[in-house]
Amino acid sequence: MSASTIPGGDYTAAPELPNVLPEPKKRGKVMGFVYGHPTIVIGGTVVALMVLIAIFAPFLFTKDPTALAPARRTRAPSELYWFGTDMLGRDVYSRVLYGARVSLTVGFSVAFFAAIIGTAIGLVAGFMRRVDTVVMRVMDGLMSIPGILLAIALMALTRASMKNVIIAITITEFPRVCRLVRGVVLSLREQPYVEAAIASGTRTPVIIWKHILPNTLAPLMVQATFICASAMIAEATLSFLGAGTPPIIPSWGNIMAEGRALWQVKPYIVFFPAIFLSITVLAVNMLGDGLRDALDPRLAKRL
Amino acid sequence: MSDARPLLEVKNLKKHFPIHGGLMGLTTGHVYAVDGVSFDIRKGETLSIVGESGCGKSTVGKALLRLYPITDGEVYLDGERIDNMPASKLRPMRQRMQVVFQDPFSSLNPRMKVRDILAEPITNFGLAKSRAEVTERVEALMDKVRLPRDSIWRFPHEFSGGQRQRIGIARALAPGADLIICDEAVSALDVSVKAQIINLLVDLQDELGLALLFISHDLATVEHLTHRVAVMYLGKIVEICDRRTLFATSHHPYTRALLSAVPVPDPTAPRNRIILTGDVPSPINPPPGCRFHTRCPFAFDRCKTEEPVLREVGGGHSSACHLTHAPGATIEAKRVGA
Repeated sequence: MSASTIPGGDYTAAPELPNVLPEPKKRGKVMGFVYGHPTIVIGGTVVALMVLIAIFAPFLFTKDPTALAPARRTRAPSELYWFGTDMLGRDVYSRVLYGARVSLTVGFSVAFFAAIIGTAIGLVAGFMRRVDTVVMRVMDGLMSIPGILLAIALMALTRASMKNVIIAITITEFPRVCRLVRGVVLSLREQPYVEAAIASGTRTPVIIWKHILPNTLAPLMVQATFICASAMIAEATLSFLGAGTPPIIPSWGNIMAEGRALWQVKPYIVFFPAIFLSITVLAVNMLGDGLRDALDPRLAKRL
Repeated sequence: MSDARPLLEVKNLKKHFPIHGGLMGLTTGHVYAVDGVSFDIRKGETLSIVGESGCGKSTVGKALLRLYPITDGEVYLDGERIDNMPASKLRPMRQRMQVVFQDPFSSLNPRMKVRDILAEPITNFGLAKSRAEVTERVEALMDKVRLPRDSIWRFPHEFSGGQRQRIGIARALAPGADLIICDEAVSALDVSVKAQIINLLVDLQDELGLALLFISHDLATVEHLTHRVAVMYLGKIVEICDRRTLFATSHHPYTRALLSAVPVPDPTAPRNRIILTGDVPSPINPPPGCRFHTRCPFAFDRCKTEEPVLREVGGGHSSACHLTHAPGATIEAKRVGA
């Protein structure tokens, strides 16, 4: 519009405003993601690093983690023994690296199986009201028993092996997934789009598969990462108490248990596996936190 | 037309929700959400159900769709009784009766593309033989609701509220339904978008001969598209008549109160408002006698004890009020109302 069309005044164009705002930073897709979700990137990187360490443990300048060398026991960290040796002369560095295999296998397996079992039961409970009451009371019962006690009891009933550790921890963890999925299903089945699907003749299995399941995936992934972290701690606790991974397989828990007696004179035996465990659990939790924020900000309140 | 068999016939529909409480989770009472509602809809006709929130109008819609089992009553779709049909027999009947919901955001699955949302009813009822044919039908539906064809590969969040509601309407059209239940279908939209959607519904009705059950709380909206109106209060229909009768000579005090609440776009126009005091009584424990007597400005002793029945007063106009049927009192009600 030109100035002359405005009645009652001689207007000129407004003066150019000084540009006080900083130029918006232009970032690529990758860098944008890094800045937007730093916890996912940091957590994910550390977890990926741990996975690589576990896979390539034999090639990372390790020795046989079970080879005994009584003559060279309880050596301090040195060029030859990076993390020192334990009271049987085994190389702590090698044992810690191989121990990553146990922790990560247990963590990921428990997260995977707990997610699958919990989702299956949660879906059934959420959809069949009669089954729901019974199933959820059983879950409440399972959750009322302290997880680690239940796992110790289960381990006492079976032989010490990694498979049994995974089973024991899965049994203590899956009720949480079950509850979460049931809750999400209960809220989703009231959604108008589910009602519209029912009204347009969609069969129940298809509704679960196409409308319910994809929308539970985000909270499920978040929950799975937290279960992964707590399963790693549970495994270490069980191994530390001597009820977990058999002593011939090095795991962070039983390395710490063996180093416990020498804690005051040779702290490095406990220190290194503890550091690895802490960093891994922290990284997995950071990844979970980041995923939660990225996938559904409202979920933060629900969990 | 009136002697033809109605498309949908509802007889004495009741839906009571049990209230569970106490230690054992026993039923301690009921919410009488819908308590004996009867009406019918002819082919190509629009019936609106209006009433305050909580009067049970949405429950009627969902009960008709069999989204939950009804407590009592009979529902006939084109002569076939559907309220007690087993789920397997009901599925083909669902093709004839579809729904458009109020909230355009939660009524579309956020993780499905528009094409898949619209394809769902088509494949459910086996209306297309191949994927290409499904896509073709979906594109035709997009034309019907005046949306661009190439937007079928988008997700719902990429659309505006009005566009999403068009997708919702397209989904309801997909199986080739005879009756569409619009549950507050335009209430969540801006006024201008609302008008577009109403015009679209009216056009589609002319084009396809659809019957609409239009559930709304907004009389001003209803006025633009309905043939007949049923006014609900606390789970019951208090008055049912054609549009012109409702806006000109309706009898029921509640209807008059609702009409007087419709805004008039002229601040100087003389208004004779009937202001209702208090809230709608709880449907858990509805008042005895006429349900409206606690708020009715014309209530008298008989209203507190005897429940008025919905009775025809002529020309397809029925009303449930003692005043309507007591000749002397009718005049007064009319005088105060109009």
